[in-house]
Amino acid sequence: MSYFDRTKEQRSSAVISILATILRVALAILIPLIAFLVLYAGFLFLRAGNAPKWLITIVAILWGVGGVAVLYWIFNWIVEMFPEQWTIRLQPFVFVGPAMAILIWYLAWPAARTFYISLFDRDGPAAGNFVGLGNYVAVFTDRLMRQAFRNNIFFWILVATPLTVALGLLVAVLADRSRFERVSKSMIFMPMAISFVGASVIWNFIYEVKPVGASQIGLLNALVVGLGGQPQAWPAYTAIAPFNNLFLVIIVLWLQTGFAMVLFSAALKGIPEEIIEAARVDGATEVQVFFRIMIPYIMGTIITVTTTIVIFTLKIFDVVWVMTGGQFGSDVIATQFYRQSFIARNAGYGSAIAIVLLIAVIPVMVYNLRQFREQEAF
Amino acid sequence: MRGLRKHRGAILVNLALAVLVLIWLIPSVGLLVSSFRDRFSIQTSGWWSIFPHREWAVVTVIDPREQGLDANAPMDVEGVTGTFEQLREGVEAPDGKRIKWIGNRRIGRIEVQEKQWAVNWGFTLENYRQVLMGKDFEYAHADGTVEIIPGDDFWGAIFNSLAVAIPSTVIPILIAAFAAYGFAWMNFPGRRLLFILVVALLVVPLQVALVPLLSFYKSLELNGTYLAIWLAHTGFGLALATYLLFNYISTLPRETLESAFIDGASHFTIFLRLILPLSVPALASFAIFQFLWVWNDYLVALIFLGGNPNFEVVTMRLAGIVGDRGQDWHLLTAGAFVSMILPLAVFFSLQRYFVRGLLAGSVKG
Repeated sequence: MSYFDRTKEQRSSAVISILATILRVALAILIPLIAFLVLYAGFLFLRAGNAPKWLITIVAILWGVGGVAVLYWIFNWIVEMFPEQWTIRLQPFVFVGPAMAILIWYLAWPAARTFYISLFDRDGPAAGNFVGLGNYVAVFTDRLMRQAFRNNIFFWILVATPLTVALGLLVAVLADRSRFERVSKSMIFMPMAISFVGASVIWNFIYEVKPVGASQIGLLNALVVGLGGQPQAWPAYTAIAPFNNLFLVIIVLWLQTGFAMVLFSAALKGIPEEIIEAARVDGATEVQVFFRIMIPYIMGTIITVTTTIVIFTLKIFDVVWVMTGGQFGSDVIATQFYRQSFIARNAGYGSAIAIVLLIAVIPVMVYNLRQFREQEAF
Repeated sequence: MRGLRKHRGAILVNLALAVLVLIWLIPSVGLLVSSFRDRFSIQTSGWWSIFPHREWAVVTVIDPREQGLDANAPMDVEGVTGTFEQLREGVEAPDGKRIKWIGNRRIGRIEVQEKQWAVNWGFTLENYRQVLMGKDFEYAHADGTVEIIPGDDFWGAIFNSLAVAIPSTVIPILIAAFAAYGFAWMNFPGRRLLFILVVALLVVPLQVALVPLLSFYKSLELNGTYLAIWLAHTGFGLALATYLLFNYISTLPRETLESAFIDGASHFTIFLRLILPLSVPALASFAIFQFLWVWNDYLVALIFLGGNPNFEVVTMRLAGIVGDRGQDWHLLTAGAFVSMILPLAVFFSLQRYFVRGLLAGSVKG
């Protein structure tokens, strides 16, 4: 049956279905096009930035949040117009695709690229020379880098981390037995909400120094002078170097103890009451209960907290940068990375430092992957 | 006997806890109190002097020249004798008064001081006005000279921080929720491999990505725009968000979804109408975590917004004052507190969700 043999209705319905298909294709192109144009106009408006501040803020929030939602809706809409078996095949990529694209684009690919840059001298691959592992040799022999490694390993990993863990555990155990548990935990936890820059201002004020004879407005120096000592600019007090780093460690201790405490507190509550009661009935002292029962029971949490704080202190940047700028022997790996990459513009060397940081967390990455493989969920 | 020991133990525990809490609070309380004291009071007396304490107060002032005193020899004043150097340090008289030479040898004066109860309040809201409004302020000294002190524009920085932090929180959550749903409820080739990538990227330090991203942004002229920093925060928070939301979404009861499928609902509808509402606790946990992280972030903002002073966020503004005007404590204390109000409010009102997020493993690589 050819086209001309059909009845009038049949013919018109065929035309309608063809028109409908054309319309659908046109819409499928037009709607995304309009959406992209609107989003691009929003982008230009924001980049120009000459409207009142509050308006820019509102537009930015609506544009950013709404834009992402609209993009998902459009992609899904297009995919659902395909025949069903294609929808089933393509839809997972609408759901998972954007996340994977961003993860690869923002972490995996830059990491590989950073490694590539680290094999070149200060001008990077575009204009510089290939130096092989030369930057890595420099990283491990340079005096300032050695100082940074010493600070990261000794002061931040070997001193700050165990102190934070121990103090967090102490507070968790004490709070567990107190009627004021909620309030006291909140207060110790509170610094978690404060930025490192804010914390640096708080502690700069504690360490503030005035000339001898003037009234000290920093709490620490007021105490020191009250006890008959000399006021000092503590984090910058190089006479006791490298132990002036301890004054930076105190700040991080203040910030992170709450984190350790919260995790320990939850773990302690997971210990069955009967075990502890049974030990007490058998005549165990509180100290024995703590070391023989509680500690082994929460060992998993202790390892988790320790690993987390080690990773955190490995990358420590803001506190050191704002307090001392890495001067007075307080440089760490991340401040060296920042200085080399963004101030000295030494692309190859800075990238090598970043790769060293990456290598340092690889054991944790392997551990995570192994844990994941043991899960049956996948 | 045992009851008594238990009682004493409880007191000891509470006492130790109270001491720790006090130590933890004092730094913040000092900052808060100082932010309400005027510029002069902050600079000349510790914040703790707002509490009643005994300090030397001037009773009478003596002009050494009128008394015919020679500063080059030991002097007799008000019943004490001392050289110029001793008097400059202050000499205490037997009746508890202190005689102190103020100023230099030629034109100084002698003060007779007495210990009196005092409080140095000097409370004011002026610091907040100066730090928020961004104008110059005139400051009249006691001797009549007028000093002009520039203020600071924290209002602008707060708006910038909001414009950075809200999308940087919502965008990764939305993207991660879609991905978590995809991983949990859809079947596609490469599913396991892609999720392994997510797990592997959990702890990758963001430093490793900064240099290539910056040059990438420069070539697209994206540097110093909101879009640039949203996407950067999204990229750095996404692995964790996907992982946490997957852990939550994959444990939702299978039957609910299957019955929805039988009713002919599409994946998209199920996700919007069923999964998102059911996942609110997990979404909230991560949202708080990410919001605090972005609001408090300094490094990422410094690198991707550093070139654009119009878009400075609060941490950059605050660090800027520390660097340029580190002695302007009236601005620093008020500015630091302004930068903390919002995160502290979020923290205290939604602490439950924050703790839940931490327990689920909200710790960033």
